[in-house]
Amino acid sequence: MRRPPVDPSQPGRKLGTTGIVLVQILVVALFALLGVRLWYLQVPRGEHYRELAVSNHHQRLVVPATRGQILDARGRPLVSNRTELVVSADYHELTGMDDGGEAVLSDLSEVLDVPLEELQQRMRLCGPDVQRPCWPGSPYQPVTLAEGVDAPVALHIMERADEFPGITAQAHAIREYPGGALAGQVLGYLQPVTQEELEAREDLRTQFTGIDHVGRDGLEKVYDSRLRGTAGLRTLGVNNHGQVMEVISDRPPEPGMHLVTHLDLEVQRIAEEALARGMAAARPRYKADAGAAVVLDVRTGGVVALASVPTYDPSVWQGGIDQETFDEMLSEEAGEPLLSRAIQGQYPPGSTFKVSSLSAAAENGYSLRSTYACPGSVNIGGQSFSNYAGQGHGSITLHRAIVVSCNTVFYNFGYQMWLSDGGLHPEGEPEEAMANMARGYGFGSPTGIDLPYETSGRIPDREWKRTFWEATRETNCHRAEHGYPDVAETDPSHAAYLKRLAHEHCVEGFEWRAGEAVNFAIGQGDVLVSPLQLANAYAAIANGGTRYEPRVGKAFISADGSVVEEIEPVVAGRLPVSDETLSYLQAALTEVPKAGTASGAFGGFPQDRVSIAGKTGSADVVGRQVSSWFASYAPADDPQFAIVVLVSQGGTGGATAAPIAREIYEGIYGFSGEGAEEADAEDAEDDDGGRTEPALPGGAPWEGLPTVRPDGSIDLLDR
Amino acid sequence: MSTHVGLPGPSRARIGRSAAGAARRLDRTLIGAVLALCVIGSLLVWSATLPGDGSGPLEATGHVRRHLAHLAVAWVLCLAVASVDYRSVRAYAHLVYGATVIALILVLTPLGAVINGSRGWIVIGGFQFQPSELAKVGLVLMLATLLGEPRDGETKPMTRDVLYALLVLALPLTLVLLQPDLGTTLVFGVIFLGVLTMSGAPIVWVAGMLACGVAAGFAVWWFDLLEPYQLDRLATLVDPAADPQGAGYNSAQALIAVGSGGFDGTGLFQGEQTHGRFVPEQHTDFIFTVAGEELGFVGAGAMVALFTVVFWRILRIAQGCDQPYPRLLCVGVAAWFAFQSFINIGMGLGIVPVTGLPLPFVSYGGTAIVANLVALGLVLAVSSRDRGFE
Repeated sequence: MRRPPVDPSQPGRKLGTTGIVLVQILVVALFALLGVRLWYLQVPRGEHYRELAVSNHHQRLVVPATRGQILDARGRPLVSNRTELVVSADYHELTGMDDGGEAVLSDLSEVLDVPLEELQQRMRLCGPDVQRPCWPGSPYQPVTLAEGVDAPVALHIMERADEFPGITAQAHAIREYPGGALAGQVLGYLQPVTQEELEAREDLRTQFTGIDHVGRDGLEKVYDSRLRGTAGLRTLGVNNHGQVMEVISDRPPEPGMHLVTHLDLEVQRIAEEALARGMAAARPRYKADAGAAVVLDVRTGGVVALASVPTYDPSVWQGGIDQETFDEMLSEEAGEPLLSRAIQGQYPPGSTFKVSSLSAAAENGYSLRSTYACPGSVNIGGQSFSNYAGQGHGSITLHRAIVVSCNTVFYNFGYQMWLSDGGLHPEGEPEEAMANMARGYGFGSPTGIDLPYETSGRIPDREWKRTFWEATRETNCHRAEHGYPDVAETDPSHAAYLKRLAHEHCVEGFEWRAGEAVNFAIGQGDVLVSPLQLANAYAAIANGGTRYEPRVGKAFISADGSVVEEIEPVVAGRLPVSDETLSYLQAALTEVPKAGTASGAFGGFPQDRVSIAGKTGSADVVGRQVSSWFASYAPADDPQFAIVVLVSQGGTGGATAAPIAREIYEGIYGFSGEGAEEADAEDAEDDDGGRTEPALPGGAPWEGLPTVRPDGSIDLLDR
Repeated sequence: MSTHVGLPGPSRARIGRSAAGAARRLDRTLIGAVLALCVIGSLLVWSATLPGDGSGPLEATGHVRRHLAHLAVAWVLCLAVASVDYRSVRAYAHLVYGATVIALILVLTPLGAVINGSRGWIVIGGFQFQPSELAKVGLVLMLATLLGEPRDGETKPMTRDVLYALLVLALPLTLVLLQPDLGTTLVFGVIFLGVLTMSGAPIVWVAGMLACGVAAGFAVWWFDLLEPYQLDRLATLVDPAADPQGAGYNSAQALIAVGSGGFDGTGLFQGEQTHGRFVPEQHTDFIFTVAGEELGFVGAGAMVALFTVVFWRILRIAQGCDQPYPRLLCVGVAAWFAFQSFINIGMGLGIVPVTGLPLPFVSYGGTAIVANLVALGLVLAVSSRDRGFE
């Protein structure tokens, strides 16, 4: 019952409906589109968005685990932890600001009282063109701007989070080195995780705390995963402001295990000090530019001390090392203190190598009961090879040849074995008795110590010579043809000599010549060993022929002491010598410090109480001063320790290295220095019966392990 | 759930005896659909405004209480308007339009308040309202009157009418742009285009205006008339994930909320995205994301369906009119609701740039709710008296 329209001027007209229908279709189509889109997002893509939602409101908080300490054999800390307040910045947040974070950093510089430029430098990522100070870690980690911040300053920053966007202050465990530079190269150091490491190491990626450091050298590197522990993971439900709404899951961190080492803090200190003192004493006559001392437990291969001079304090790495320090540490003037001479240095071993040559002779038909001529010099292949100082000893036993360190006896061995292998042109497979014996002593390959970057040294033979020749032939042949015009300008005769030499190398450089075999026999020429290899060889002689892989690590003990895992000694092999040869060698070595080349150094040493067995070595390298070696073990009748001392360019073994080794023995056994080295008269203890407190009471390495109590305290091992 | 619905009991009494016959002929499908949307909307506002820290999970929030109060007032007004003869409303069209324009001017005076970067509010005492919402009602009424009742015996609006209508549009449009409120400006434009297209105006004008609408969109884009943040919003629409913490953050979080709801949703009050407040403005502009997460495809899809029903019904009513004025009234309201709903939902689904427009009947916001239901009342008034299609 519709009423007529209000306006009579408008007669009812039929309105078209086409337009309306079209609009209806349009609207239905648009909303159908919304429906389809909704379906697409929620059903086929639902899982994807659910995952995104979880990562959105689940914040994974990685709770860093306390890194385990590194302890000496008694339980004294070599590396421990200290809590420090650290101020750091979110790299992306700061660099994303309109002014690149300058305003925030300049506020921060006032609060921290650090120049703005320094903060800005620390914010830069290290790269080939970016000099330290810079950030060596990943840009996804908070960049450390200041360490060791005072608590009120840190609190100020934490309380005013809105004034310091992107800046955090938090407690942060950092490594502490109670011994300072002691055993620096052995302990290694930590550095922020790099992007590459994160990508390469699954265990780092899954428990990345953002302030994580990773072991870069030494024990910190080798045992990183055990020391690191397992970070805790707390998953929190958060809202858009990051406010915590609930704890979804909580896995507490598992602290890293303590590493108990075979090292003894005292012996290490004595070794480093003795080394430094002995090197200073060798100067200025000798350069004495570097040195190493190794103390091994001959019964297990445990490393009691591993000293390398020059050394450095690993704490320089903390908080971002500056470019000056970094450059200095890598510079040659500073003596490359990062390098551990004990395991990375390689030097010709000189006469200490004669133990290998004697063994090779004894095992290849040269009787231990015969005597051999020891003239002042021998002429081999038209070349004269002489004894040290050209002194002859007549016809002597091999025992005596070791004691007086007669070279000519060994020259002859080397020459004869070279001849029996066919000399320059061997027929068939040469025996290489000398080289193979050296390898049997562990030379020419890494010892397998639990430290990184160990050198393998070099045991040259015919095969090595050929390989070397092939690698250098091109250069040598070029020089043989074109000479040395640059040298000729100043020294034409030397240039001519060099050209002849190059020609020789080019044409017949593959030949293993008599002279080389002869030099090999006394540990000269191309033979290179590391102090550790030599110590390991002498340890094997001492213990009856068992060659261990040296170990610095002795055991892992969990932070609460509940789990103890010992690191078992690993046998690398046996010396390929008969028991007879071995005891013959032991007897000869025992006499060296009493009546031989080391008798001067050990004059007055109470050999009746602790008998030392050892061998001196004085190795020549063209263009360098003679390097001083002393390789030894003690007590000769019940061997416990093998000690090797090297002083690069330090003079003869008896004059420089042996007195250093003596000092280490004195420290271990508690004998005061007297005799060879005049004792300081003022030192009251020294006058008292020649005995001080022994570093290792009982004269043996520590047995057993320190005890870690459930509360984390450590009971030192005692005797 | 009984708080905000006054039908059929108490409201009928208020409508009064003269309107009783009309009320009987109210479009029940339309009312049912809108009512359902209001109920769902109240629950969503409730969920969206629960404390973010997870405390007191089911205590009714201040927002939901106010929302229910707004709905109650709005429904009363809706039914009141529905009971009035729509033809008599025509006489007040100029008045309503004029009042809203004055309010829009007042917004720009010190009486106005800036909320969310836009000067769109008038605050008097503790009471605040958004004139631009009411202006939509005024504009629909004014345009329908103007184009639905050509003067001088013409059956269709002529050029002069169209020019006058353009002036009627330009006044509030300019005022809203000054706030600035791009969303409402677009709604005004769409209402105008919808009414003009259906008015029977000269085809040249219709085609010209449609072309102008499209051109204006491009002009805004090309001539950089948009605020930088608006351009960012447009840009991130292409790839919301590219910059999740920047301009694309809202869009990316909205997608995560909706997508993570899956087929059946996390359940009402159970949405972790919602409760973590990851989507901003989730009780107003982004309320659809709450539906997407907590009610899933089942619930959110039902909402899309309900909206479709609402527009379909309104357009059917328009189709049934044998007079241009009521038809244009319905078309205007339909264009307004449909455009605003499409933009709002499309924004939550990442297919429309982020624009601040509430979802009709669902979003929190008193002025918008009142304006929506008053407009619905106009449509109901038409349907009860001009049901030519029956």
